[in-house]
Amino acid sequence: MNAEEPRLAVIGAGPAGLAAALAAAGRGVRVTLVDSAEAPGGQFYRQPSAGLGARRPEALHHQWRTWRRLREGLDQYIAAGRVGHRADHHVWCVEREPEGFTVHALLGPEQEKPAVVHADAVLLATGGYEKVLPFPGWTLPGVVTAGGAQAMLKGGLVVSGRTAVVAGTGPLLLPVATGLAGAGVTVAALVESADPKALVRRAGALAGRADKLAEGAGYARELLRRRVRTLVRHTVVEAHGTDRLTAVTVAALDAEGRVRPGTERRTPCDTLAVGHGMLPHTDLAEALGCRIIGPNVHVDEEQRTDVPGVWAAGETTGIGGAALALAEGHIAGRSAAARLRGRDPDPREWAAAAKSRAALRGFFATLDSVYAPPAHWTEQVTDATVVCRCEEVTAGAVREAVGELGAGDVRTVKLLTRAGMGWCQGRVCGPAVAGIAGCPESVGRRPFARPVPLGVLADQNGDQAEAR
Amino acid sequence: MNPLELAEAEPGPAFTVTLDGREIDALPGQTVAAALWAAGVTSWRTTRGEGRPRGVFCGIGVCFDCLVTVNDRPGQRACLVPVRPGDAIRTQEGTGHER
Repeated sequence: MNAEEPRLAVIGAGPAGLAAALAAAGRGVRVTLVDSAEAPGGQFYRQPSAGLGARRPEALHHQWRTWRRLREGLDQYIAAGRVGHRADHHVWCVEREPEGFTVHALLGPEQEKPAVVHADAVLLATGGYEKVLPFPGWTLPGVVTAGGAQAMLKGGLVVSGRTAVVAGTGPLLLPVATGLAGAGVTVAALVESADPKALVRRAGALAGRADKLAEGAGYARELLRRRVRTLVRHTVVEAHGTDRLTAVTVAALDAEGRVRPGTERRTPCDTLAVGHGMLPHTDLAEALGCRIIGPNVHVDEEQRTDVPGVWAAGETTGIGGAALALAEGHIAGRSAAARLRGRDPDPREWAAAAKSRAALRGFFATLDSVYAPPAHWTEQVTDATVVCRCEEVTAGAVREAVGELGAGDVRTVKLLTRAGMGWCQGRVCGPAVAGIAGCPESVGRRPFARPVPLGVLADQNGDQAEAR
Repeated sequence: MNPLELAEAEPGPAFTVTLDGREIDALPGQTVAAALWAAGVTSWRTTRGEGRPRGVFCGIGVCFDCLVTVNDRPGQRACLVPVRPGDAIRTQEGTGHER
């Protein structure tokens, strides 16, 4: 390896980060792949932990061949010394310096020991996480995010009970329901608030991605085969139980997205896997000063952010699934490699990926317009319902802050109620607080991407003083 | 079929940990949260304000709902921390620093 080769830090080892790392490493760049998990793959390719000795890990996955190809490529580059994989590194900040970037991470699940990675450029492939809107009872144990149920199943080969309801909106609900059913859970119902038939009316916009539609149809067939009852234009209005979930009440929605009175029915279950779409992780980009548009990191045709030396790819630039993340990562890695070696990249080199990116972005924009949470979801949130799970702030408190105290934006609601001030720093309650307050959602603007022990910050300053 | 069978898992030998002094079995490779779920436990924390039970919510380290005390260290995210032989896991009240 040539010590003069430029260094690229790729943050996140999911589909986007892996595609980017492989593309850059193959073009004369030394890559450090920094990832919080024990093993690469991100959420989409999350594996059963090695200690569980799974002989058939693909049973809970799809696109396994793509994963194998990525994994083999990564292993080869690691063996050749072209990629360094820093597992168990939880990045809390990327610092821009005159001579490049310093990536600050905390090691291991306890996240108290610091580590740094220096690089000439960074590529943010930080992925996304699930959005869940509140309803009475959503804090009961046994209520989990749909993605959480899937992560526990894929990574730990565990489920939280015997009978589940899968509910909310979005394409993720299908693999979660089939995954749970395949793992022996009785899925009492799949409750989707949107009407997927609306997709048919937008068939023109979807025609380019017949493979994605076939994937959805495959899940639907699997659910039918397993006799999972699917309710569309329905929503969960309440989760019941005292110390843990025992049942949910589901109701039909009218054309305006309001619960139709008298349609409520109660379904006993011990697990509710619920989700209302996805949100991108943008903390590191925000702290670096990258432009954020809506919830997404803004990128150009080469996947460059507005900050020189910073690329972004995958869910962080807009939710669009693994195939889009792979295309974006591939483009970002090639662009970064060319630019780091002082050349203008030739976009013709990635024409196929760019075509795929355009089609998938269009496809997901159409999906987004169909799979939106019920328009009047806040009407089901009682004043006693906890909205901010960390600080136990109720919807009533949020409404009071807006109504009686005159808060006109999410920041003022936060200052008056503490909603969003807890451990998760508003990541979970952000959209809910904005919706209930009737305020536009705003970008979090968190200085650090995760909690950092004060001792680490103090030592950091000490190290820098020494270095000077 | 259970998830272990589905993935044809052949984990190493199970080991023992304690939850509030009660022995439970855990498998190598599991997180604390996975071991507790496998033992039929879904809550291991009470909230600071209302004392309400909580367990796993997001499952990927974002929400902090699954905080637990492991070997006298409170505030650990059960969904991230690997379970180790002999771990003393305690349900966490409030911040875990209060008693």
